[in-house]
Amino acid sequence: MSGNGDGHKYKVVLGYGTCGIAAGATAVKDALEEAVKGGDYDVDLDIAGCMGLCFTEPVVEIFDREGGSVIYGDITAKKVPQLLDEHVGKGQVIEDWVVKRSEDPNACEGDFLSNQLRIVLRNCGKINPESIEEYMEIGGYEAAKKALTSMTPEEVIDEVSASGIRGRGGAGFPTGTKWGFARKSPGDEKYLICNADEGDPGAFMDRSVLEGDPHTVLEGMILAGFAIGARQGYIYCRAEYPLALKRLDIAIEECHQKGFLGEGIFGTDWSFDVKVKKGAGAFVCGEETAMMASIEGQRGMPKPRPPFPANSGLWGKPTNINNVETFAAIPWIIYEGGEKYAAIGTEKSKGTKVFCLAGKVRRTGLAEVPMGYTLRQVIFDVGGGIAGGREFKAVQMGGPSGGCLPASKLDTQVDYDQITAAGAIIGSGGMIVADNRTCMVDLARYFLSFTQDESCGKCTPCRIGTKRMLEILERICEGKGEPEDIDKLQNLAADISAASLCALGGTAPNPVLTTLRYFKDEYEDHIFNHKCAAGSCPALITLSIDPETCTGCGACVKVCPTDAITGEKKEPHVIDEEACIRCKMCLSRCPSESIIAE
Amino acid sequence: MEKECACKNRYADLDDLSPVEEIIARYGAEKGALIPILQEAQDAYGYLDESIMREIAKRAGYQLSQVFGVATFFAQFRLQPIGEYLIKVCHGTACHVAGATQITDEVANQLGVKQGETTPDNKFTLESVMCLGACALAPIMVVGDDTHGKLKPTGIKKILKQYAGPSAVAEGDDAE
Repeated sequence: MSGNGDGHKYKVVLGYGTCGIAAGATAVKDALEEAVKGGDYDVDLDIAGCMGLCFTEPVVEIFDREGGSVIYGDITAKKVPQLLDEHVGKGQVIEDWVVKRSEDPNACEGDFLSNQLRIVLRNCGKINPESIEEYMEIGGYEAAKKALTSMTPEEVIDEVSASGIRGRGGAGFPTGTKWGFARKSPGDEKYLICNADEGDPGAFMDRSVLEGDPHTVLEGMILAGFAIGARQGYIYCRAEYPLALKRLDIAIEECHQKGFLGEGIFGTDWSFDVKVKKGAGAFVCGEETAMMASIEGQRGMPKPRPPFPANSGLWGKPTNINNVETFAAIPWIIYEGGEKYAAIGTEKSKGTKVFCLAGKVRRTGLAEVPMGYTLRQVIFDVGGGIAGGREFKAVQMGGPSGGCLPASKLDTQVDYDQITAAGAIIGSGGMIVADNRTCMVDLARYFLSFTQDESCGKCTPCRIGTKRMLEILERICEGKGEPEDIDKLQNLAADISAASLCALGGTAPNPVLTTLRYFKDEYEDHIFNHKCAAGSCPALITLSIDPETCTGCGACVKVCPTDAITGEKKEPHVIDEEACIRCKMCLSRCPSESIIAE
Repeated sequence: MEKECACKNRYADLDDLSPVEEIIARYGAEKGALIPILQEAQDAYGYLDESIMREIAKRAGYQLSQVFGVATFFAQFRLQPIGEYLIKVCHGTACHVAGATQITDEVANQLGVKQGETTPDNKFTLESVMCLGACALAPIMVVGDDTHGKLKPTGIKKILKQYAGPSAVAEGDDAE
């Protein structure tokens, strides 16, 4: 597919990121190419990165010559002929498949997009990420050209400082200040690193940006390299993101051809190049010093700070590290001006933040909103509320370093300080919504098993402490909790937070602390009453069949590994509690949702 | 996505050292190249056998302890051979909340192997992995190079069947 834009009546753009491909976009792409091969349709085909509409992938957007567009969701290869016949052939919109139409942007599921403000994601889903021409057509590389030919490095830093942007990787440190440290650090050889080691489970915005708009990240890096005085940049990207890696390679090659990377870029005497380093699977490498060790080819273990990377980083040289999302916002800031960015957001948190909505929310996907939106706005107005009409229970923010906020905190504004005060962190922007079937003790156990597994083992509080916490949580989930366990967890949490070397250990207890703060009753229910109200922890639940709704289809009988389910055909079945091992296989098989876990 | 050849000979024999030679020659004296060298060696041989790590240490000028240290630190490196298809069931937060445990159980049940094991016919290896970053389609798993999303335990058998035959099958359409 190519975006030649040669004056056809319609342009059909297929969302072709990892989510889309996983949902079947390759088959749709093949069907589209096959259908237009004969030249029967007055149409131009193109691909784009992820539009962020993960809940309705694969997604196709059809543009007309006047600039109007219709986004269709849940497109399959089978639907392609009808789509082309009706929309492209007859000019008829297929209303049932519409996600959003430009004429009425709030209708259908359109409010998912119209409630957002997209700066970082401004091009995602709009341009072909494998075409530098498409990026340049909409103003791409203008900011870099402007800075390199008419601004001093200090002016670039001032502009970034004026924008008020804070590091989007999680720590929220002011980017302009960080660049200033690296600029002032003495030395001719400096390095720039883009942190694309998106290890937080539940966060995928960096992947989407790299897949959907790799050039904006490169442009941000060119600007940063110029500002701090680094001639070599590295992108440390997870190996789990093959499509992002492929598109980065293409984008870097295109930049070399255009003279935007390499020696004497943009016709100046400034040189800057970027290399991609593929991560090898270690969550701790998201930590700056561990990441640099990994780039140097060593075990990715953190080092005590100071010295800070700005003074002694990669190979002992001054180094500046920013996250993908931060770099992606920089070209916009330089082009539009820092003040314009600073006009968005709250007093201390400026601009926009991309969140990954996942879990039990109805519309999963990418949501970029101005800082200052409330959690309720993000989850309900953008995300469309809870899936299956169930009840909101909590939102987990910030991954393994973050916390769970309950319904009473839904009116908290998205702002670094307010979210932290509430007990979670903005972190990299993962938002996993939990409903009343999610057990908060199990969720805390899950995160501890993650951090325990990912602890690099260098310092004792993290290595041993997380193991002890995990053991306690495991026994609570198994119904063997002891009355003093909650105190033990709190004491361990305090010690691990205070004594760990890096942020992985320092924040590891957070998921336990916030669930204890807001959902202590669930812990107590597990320990004292041996109950898991969410129906989640196998040792604490019983499974039964609702005789009112059971159709007697027998699907559950076939999967039960212990033959615990019996009943006549077409009659309500029953589960023998003694024989049941609570594996819940029947629960997922039952077509009428008649199995009750409580 | 291009389909990779799924024939049995996709990996080099351990006594054929030409891939190691080629990889090390290409990286030359580049600083910090140990991780990419190991990654490419694993791509070539399917896993990092002790003999291969020894060769890399010798030829690229590293201590064996350094090579082994890096290979055992990062989750991506495997020290045991894998089957023709590596099945990675995602256990990121969104997948966990959406029932990844039942997915792993079902795959294990269908294949008769435990996590980390390979089927006797060398067809499948089952692994649990951390977030693959397709959270909105949770729960997901990756078989070979294909991502399957919105999984239900009931759909697992059908997906595995696609790979059990001689030819690899298209991804995607089975998402429920």
